[in-house]
Amino acid sequence: MAEPILEIQSLSKRFGGFTAVDGVSLDLGAGERLALIGPNGSGKTTLINCMSGVLPCDAGRVVFKGRDITRLPAHRRVRLGMMRSFQIPRPFRSLSVIQNLQVPLEFAQSAGAHGRDLRADALAILVVVGFADRADARPADLTQVDLRKLELARALAAKPALLVADEAMAGLSSAEVDDILAVLFRLNEQGVAVIMIEHIMRAVMRFAERVVVLDAGKKIADGTPDRVINDPAVERAYLGA
Amino acid sequence: MDLFLNAIVSGLLLGGFYAAVSLGLSISFGQLDIVNIAHPAFVITGSYVTYMVNRALGLDPVLIGLVFSPLFFVVGAAVYYVYYVSFEKTGQEALSGLVFFFGLMFIIEISLIMVYGVDYRLVAAPYIGVTWRLGAVDLPLRMFVPFVTALIMTLAIHLFLARTFAGRAVLAVAQDRLALRLMGADPVKVKQLAFGLSIATAAVAGSLLIIIGPVEPSVDRLYIGRVFAIVVLGGMGSIGGTLVAALILGVAETFVATFYGPSWAPAVSFGILLVTLAVRPQGIFGRY
Amino acid sequence: MRSLVFWSVSALIFALGLVATKLLANEFFFFAGYAILQATIMAVAWNILGGFTGYVNFGSAGFFAVGVYTSVALNKAFDPPLIVMLLAAALIGGLIGLATGYLTLRLRGVYFAIATLAMAIVLETVANNWAYVGGATGAYILTPKTVLFFDDYIEFLFALMLLLSLGAVAIARQLQLSRIGQGLSAIRDDEIAAECMGVPTLRLKLVSTTIMGALMALAGVPYPFFVTYVDPLSAFDLTIAVNAIAMPMIGGTALWFGPVVGALLLGSVQQIVTVTVSSAVNVLIVGVLLVIFIVVAPQGIVGLIRDQWRKRRAHG
Repeated sequence: MAEPILEIQSLSKRFGGFTAVDGVSLDLGAGERLALIGPNGSGKTTLINCMSGVLPCDAGRVVFKGRDITRLPAHRRVRLGMMRSFQIPRPFRSLSVIQNLQVPLEFAQSAGAHGRDLRADALAILVVVGFADRADARPADLTQVDLRKLELARALAAKPALLVADEAMAGLSSAEVDDILAVLFRLNEQGVAVIMIEHIMRAVMRFAERVVVLDAGKKIADGTPDRVINDPAVERAYLGA
Repeated sequence: MDLFLNAIVSGLLLGGFYAAVSLGLSISFGQLDIVNIAHPAFVITGSYVTYMVNRALGLDPVLIGLVFSPLFFVVGAAVYYVYYVSFEKTGQEALSGLVFFFGLMFIIEISLIMVYGVDYRLVAAPYIGVTWRLGAVDLPLRMFVPFVTALIMTLAIHLFLARTFAGRAVLAVAQDRLALRLMGADPVKVKQLAFGLSIATAAVAGSLLIIIGPVEPSVDRLYIGRVFAIVVLGGMGSIGGTLVAALILGVAETFVATFYGPSWAPAVSFGILLVTLAVRPQGIFGRY
Repeated sequence: MRSLVFWSVSALIFALGLVATKLLANEFFFFAGYAILQATIMAVAWNILGGFTGYVNFGSAGFFAVGVYTSVALNKAFDPPLIVMLLAAALIGGLIGLATGYLTLRLRGVYFAIATLAMAIVLETVANNWAYVGGATGAYILTPKTVLFFDDYIEFLFALMLLLSLGAVAIARQLQLSRIGQGLSAIRDDEIAAECMGVPTLRLKLVSTTIMGALMALAGVPYPFFVTYVDPLSAFDLTIAVNAIAMPMIGGTALWFGPVVGALLLGSVQQIVTVTVSSAVNVLIVGVLLVIFIVVAPQGIVGLIRDQWRKRRAHG
């Protein structure tokens, strides 16, 4: 591929005696759609936590847009254009929906926010996710689906070059899954690279150009969706030996 | 050389006692993540209870502490319930929970001042004032008896946590509440048990405190720093770590008091705490 | 537009205060007023870190005492003008706030709270052992020689405190309304999520602790001249720390005027109780009220009113 936007090189993370991520390497091209799958506990979210800077890694490097960001604090990585949503939505509870968006609009963009009309920008994003009528609602009043959309909306507000959607569709109905997928596709059309962590295979097969499989902290497969689905190692990981 | 040796022995004896005081916090803060800064206030409440009963009935202080520990257990369970309903359920424990215990500490201290005044109180027991001699080393019994009691109590708590079902439930609830529920134990009841236990140890620790020296209501503030320094230095969740850290602090404080003067002693515990937090926040035996 | 209202009201309050010094003959008003204003500054300052950012400071008395002892030391050394002492105290208080924060704010909020307690006790130990400022026995300070155009030193100190209070409130308000304030709200609600939204959490937290330290030290500068006898026991008094927490929590922590409401209400109650009943009962009342409010109404008086207002707006 052309110059990858993201290179994770032999990343490892241990918690006491437990190795959560074991020497995982991963490349991602600009604008690529990648799915990261694997059984529960295989280290997907930990990998993302290390990549985004929420956790320090014990070994390995993370290179983003050609820069070694391994030691960079999380908020700086965000400013460079790396965004992630959380598996369990983490909205700012004392702020309204639109204020929730204003935080990343204010802080996440490298150009700085002075003088721009943040409320208008925030409303525009809410329109994209289909939320504009609830701009002044509080997170406590929102449904699960809405909270997931709010998570994505906040990620969009940062105008990222790379977005990690961590199980954004878990527990949603079929129609709701399609809703979220539509948002992700639209984002990708604008040139944003997307890493989707998911268990819903239908979404993975529709969305991903490439699939990476983790099992017990190690990468066991990396290829097109069809190839990975038929890989015996992947089958073993999910179904047992 | 004699001075040096005696300082070490004194320090160890003192450290053992500090372990008794910190044991409760090791459970509530180390295992349950409840920042009970009112723990020393409960300890001196134990001291005052010991004082009253000792004066009225002449019973041995340690005995009084043991007898009253079930009552303290019940109080602890009740306090935890209020804490749980008000803060843990709503996720407010970071700010409001902290302030809650701060308020409790304050109320306890002021109430004690209003009832007993600020004069020092002490207890009478046959071994207070007796000192054994082992060669060049002095072994004052008023330090040695608390030391032994503290070691026994630490061992008992350790065995309880490691060997009994209830104790292991406490260790489990610290690590994984959901798994605990799936095994049929109610996390809230388990935490209530643990917190009640931590306050029960305060009753005994309080009786030891007033054996070692006279007590007045604001003494608890001297111990806030010590107990937190010990629990943090020892490593969260490690009973053994608490004992080791307590011994270290006891020796450090005694050395500073002996060679630099007693007015610098309070700074030792807090200094150790700040350094530990800055350099190795998980403590000596901390998990991660 | 609201800013205009705020500044006008502030100027009006200050003017009224000045007028009061000329009109009121009973000095008790100024003594009580000084105490309430001091508590207001402490409450407002505490809330910048506590209410806005979500980190609890138990060592407010330590920062206050920094101002007190800077005042005492400078006064003894070369008796500089007041403005010098204010600047020096703000600088030192700010630096200590910064240092305490830097050492512990990368860890959880709990450790920061304990560290503030630690810092206050370390400072108290230093004060107890520092002979130059009187050590444990204390130091005597003369009342200020220059009282400007006021009739009496207490009126001068009252007016000074009024100015400092209004300044502290203005700073808190400005902070809350600013970009930094927005970031602090995010940190308070969910620090990790805030960091992942690009908020420079460490930097903003350090800004909070520094401003808080500086403001609390400022509150302590006039204190030696007010009481004329300073010792560590009074300078580091636990009541100062408890009030600094109780007033914002009772008044309401989310908005800049919550601590003011709490300080005025609670401070007035305390002044009345101290005079009519006793000071020990007074202090007990603070503790009990604090615990009751924490359990029943953690959002404070202002928060309760705001929730009612919002409910009515939703149904109206």
